[in-house]
Amino acid sequence: METEAAKMIGAGLAAIGVIGGGVGVGTVFGQYMQAAARNPSMSNELRTFAFLGFALSEATALFALVVALIILFT
Amino acid sequence: MEHAEEHGAAAAHGPMEQFEISPIIPIHVGGYDISFTNSAMFMVFAVIASALLFWGGTRQRTMVPGRLQATVEMLYEFVADMVKSNTGKEGMPYFPFIFTLFLFILFGNVLGLLPYSFTFTSHIVLTGAMAAFVFIGVTILGFVKHGFHFFSLFVPPGAPLVMAIGLFPLELFSYLIRPFSLSLRLFANMLAGHVLLKVLAGFIISLGLIFGWIPFAAVFAVTMLEILVALIQAYVFALLTTLYLNDALHLH
Repeated sequence: METEAAKMIGAGLAAIGVIGGGVGVGTVFGQYMQAAARNPSMSNELRTFAFLGFALSEATALFALVVALIILFT
Repeated sequence: MEHAEEHGAAAAHGPMEQFEISPIIPIHVGGYDISFTNSAMFMVFAVIASALLFWGGTRQRTMVPGRLQATVEMLYEFVADMVKSNTGKEGMPYFPFIFTLFLFILFGNVLGLLPYSFTFTSHIVLTGAMAAFVFIGVTILGFVKHGFHFFSLFVPPGAPLVMAIGLFPLELFSYLIRPFSLSLRLFANMLAGHVLLKVLAGFIISLGLIFGWIPFAAVFAVTMLEILVALIQAYVFALLTTLYLNDALHLH
């Protein structure tokens, strides 16, 4: 198989890992919304954790994307 | 792609060309290339922009602040509050470093959203350098403050000895991966955002006048998202720096 074709296939497969990030980010913000709905006075304190959780979960998704880009471009 | 070359515009053949670093003032000293690049120029812009913002915002010093002073005060209080509540009083001497980090990344990310600009935070060499500074600085601080007791950071409190022996390498590994995850998070977010924008913008050209408004709406929406991501990523970098600092200052 040509290197170029193999790179494309590899990048496509590696990018599937980003789906975990989608699940994670959705969970984080969904739980934040639930918690804020239960206890609106705590929503300001919880917002820090919401953004922290979002960034950490998004980072894991982007690790998969970076692997895909490495496969594609080197 | 053909349209761009027909009009004699700079033919960019892909979404990755926007990240190329090109020297503006070539400087070669003894075999080393220390040219003033477009990346360096935008870093200078970011520093000048933040310096101007704070100089302008602290000139009047009225009791009831005007818009600029209010913005500056909100930025300051936002980061100061974050550092104070996460590290307590012992962490406040490090507040200037964290504030500088926050503003540099914030202005870098936001300046990258302007057309024809360069996002200097989308290069792993820069985010890696910043994360390395943070990690090495925090680790040295931990050793200076606690000596060899610093290693108790990797043993979770209240764990039985058998579990602690198993957890120690795991905790050590997750500590050592911090500079990588910190740098990679910012780099990948900026890279992915700008690549996506470029790809969608390419669709506008290729779909032409009739259907080009669909990717245009997508670029508009993604740009709004990218503004949000720029702000959040700067905040998260500073927040994680603060949390790592807290880990080093107060072991658990």
